[in-house]
Amino acid sequence: MEIVVCIRRAPTTDARIKPAASGKTYDPAGINYDISEYDKFALEAAILLKEKHGGKVTVLCVGHKDATKEVRTAIAMGCDAAEVLVSDGDHDAWAIANVLATRIKALPHDVVLFGWTSVDNQSAGTGQMVAQLLGLPSVSVVVDLEVADGKAKVARLAAGGQRERYEVKLPAVFTCQKGLNKPRSANMKGIMAAKKTNVPETPAAAPASGLITIQLDPPPPRAAGKIVGKGPEAAAALAKLLRTEAKVI
Amino acid sequence: MANDVLVFVECSGGKVVKAGLQALGAGSRLAAQLGGKCIALVIGQGLEAEAGKLGQYGANRVLIAGGEAFAAYSPDGFARAVAAQAKATGAACVLASATPMGKDFMPRAAAASQCGLAADCIDLRAEGGKAVAVRPVFAGKAMLTVGASSALWATLRPNVFAEAVSSNNVSPEAVTAGFGPGDLLAVVKEVVAGVSGKLDVAEADIVVSGGRGLKDPAGEGKPNWEALEKLAGVLGAATGASRAVVDAGWRPHGEQVGQTGKTVSPKLYIACGISGAIQHLAGMSGSKVIVAINKDENAPIFKVADYGIVGNVEEVVPALTAAFQEVLKS
Ligand SMILES: Cc1cc2nc3c(=O)[nH]c(=O)nc-3n(C[C@H](O)[C@H](O)[C@H](O)COP(=O)(O)OP(=O)(O)OC[C@H]3O[C@@H](n4cnc5c(N)ncnc54)[C@H](O)[C@@H]3O)c2cc1C
Ligand SMILES: Nc1ncnc2c1ncn2[C@@H]1O[C@H](COP(=O)(O)O)[C@@H](O)[C@H]1O
Repeated sequence: MEIVVCIRRAPTTDARIKPAASGKTYDPAGINYDISEYDKFALEAAILLKEKHGGKVTVLCVGHKDATKEVRTAIAMGCDAAEVLVSDGDHDAWAIANVLATRIKALPHDVVLFGWTSVDNQSAGTGQMVAQLLGLPSVSVVVDLEVADGKAKVARLAAGGQRERYEVKLPAVFTCQKGLNKPRSANMKGIMAAKKTNVPETPAAAPASGLITIQLDPPPPRAAGKIVGKGPEAAAALAKLLRTEAKVI
Repeated sequence: MANDVLVFVECSGGKVVKAGLQALGAGSRLAAQLGGKCIALVIGQGLEAEAGKLGQYGANRVLIAGGEAFAAYSPDGFARAVAAQAKATGAACVLASATPMGKDFMPRAAAASQCGLAADCIDLRAEGGKAVAVRPVFAGKAMLTVGASSALWATLRPNVFAEAVSSNNVSPEAVTAGFGPGDLLAVVKEVVAGVSGKLDVAEADIVVSGGRGLKDPAGEGKPNWEALEKLAGVLGAATGASRAVVDAGWRPHGEQVGQTGKTVSPKLYIACGISGAIQHLAGMSGSKVIVAINKDENAPIFKVADYGIVGNVEEVVPALTAAFQEVLKS
């Protein structure tokens, strides 16, 4: 089985985000990066599929050439090959999806996996866009995935905690949600193997999307709050404030 | 027309959903600013009566795609239908709600139209005769304002935009799909109810969340979590959780609030025994009013809270339940 996993290099979730001087992107000073959280579930799902059905896992990442660090982590987990499609600058999901779709088209692929959303850009749409560009079925926010006989049985989380079940023909695109599996960490052997793996860095031109960034702002500040009191004695005063002052109950 | 706004109005179980009416409200206000019409699009079978009501919620025209291809939800089918109507109407802006359904198929629809998508927006307006939208990124640590060189495609966060009231008399116009069920790539086969059947934390007006301060429910924390459920029950609230307690297996995944859980923006968020780590704050600081209960007066959660009680959750949560019961009676 040929599996492709698309991973994003994103600021760690503890990063403090400040707009850069341009006012259009964030200031990269002091920011650390990691594989975007949900992509780890996609990587684990890919490795589990390979362990069960045989085959190969290829990791793709569009972005900065420094992303080789993140893709090596994916190889250390158990993926077989990786490529960084180098294209500096901020791209939206549509631009990234175009780069990925072009590359995936040239690779054998039965299953193409994504995180359901990136933790930074949060479009929750790159995977579905790639599927559309390749004319493949997609199921997003997948929490259950089983593959057999050229088909996949999957469940996605829908409104109100409901689960929608799908059965789709492969090749297909799935975006992965927490709950699908428990991502493994790399072992020593994997880390050594990753060091020796060649990670090609291929320049890739991202098409301009119709979306135009106007401005990146800090969130509106919250007005200073107040401590109503200490201990259970303060409960009545709080309930009253929520009714008469905040008017939310 | 190039000033019109097309809004996909979501239905579920044969009824228009609240988030769909909110998107329609936002679309109708934008259309008025652009000097165009607000066109609602309903997809599915047996929805004629529901579609017929949309003139009261801001629609100037209502389209209904009700062919056989739409007997069940399909991401590629719905995407094709919306893309086709975006093209046919030449709309300046194409909207849907950022519900699990809208988030699923709108990226496909936008891609099919060679457009990007502004996801999960919290503001939408016209500037210089063009639509612009604001969307939180980094789970709310920053706000991104975007426009578009051609049509602006956007999904709108539920419970942020108000519904519109209008008295347009509109009869739905049927539009054809141009494809049948056999052309669909993925179709929902079965819908299984949520494990608990409980109100979803991302959809609730009031959220009561618990953190590590409530202690292990399999041990000494049992009465604390029962008290939390009771508090939520009295307020008609959904229960949420910090990642620490989800990872410990104390609460289900679906309850996790934060940058790697759900982003919530209820009118009232009550954080009990939660420290307020940056990832947690990212997911809930868009709430209208935040209440924090923590025994540590220096806990970071108090920096974003509108109201706080410094105290032990074991005593404060039951006391609050009683106090709310009292206030809600009056
Ligand atoms: C990649 C990554 C992603 C993450 N994503 C998320 C996320 O999405 N959501 C999230 O929540 N976290 C997330 N985290 C975890 C986050 O960093 C914190 O570890 C977590 O939020 C802490 O949970 P907590 O507040 O319940 O526990 P703690 O930080 O342990 O806080 C417990 C609080 O309870 C108080 N307390 C203790 N006993 C009592 C008592 N009897 N009465 C009153 N107060 C009491 C304490 O004073 C303390 O403030 C993420 C972390 C990483 C690394
Ligand atoms: N630059 C990128 N390179 C490779 N994959 C990406 C990139 N950006 C996003 N993705 C994938 O698309 C998913 C959804 O991202 P987003 O649409 O930004 O929320 C991520 O979880 C990744 O799997």
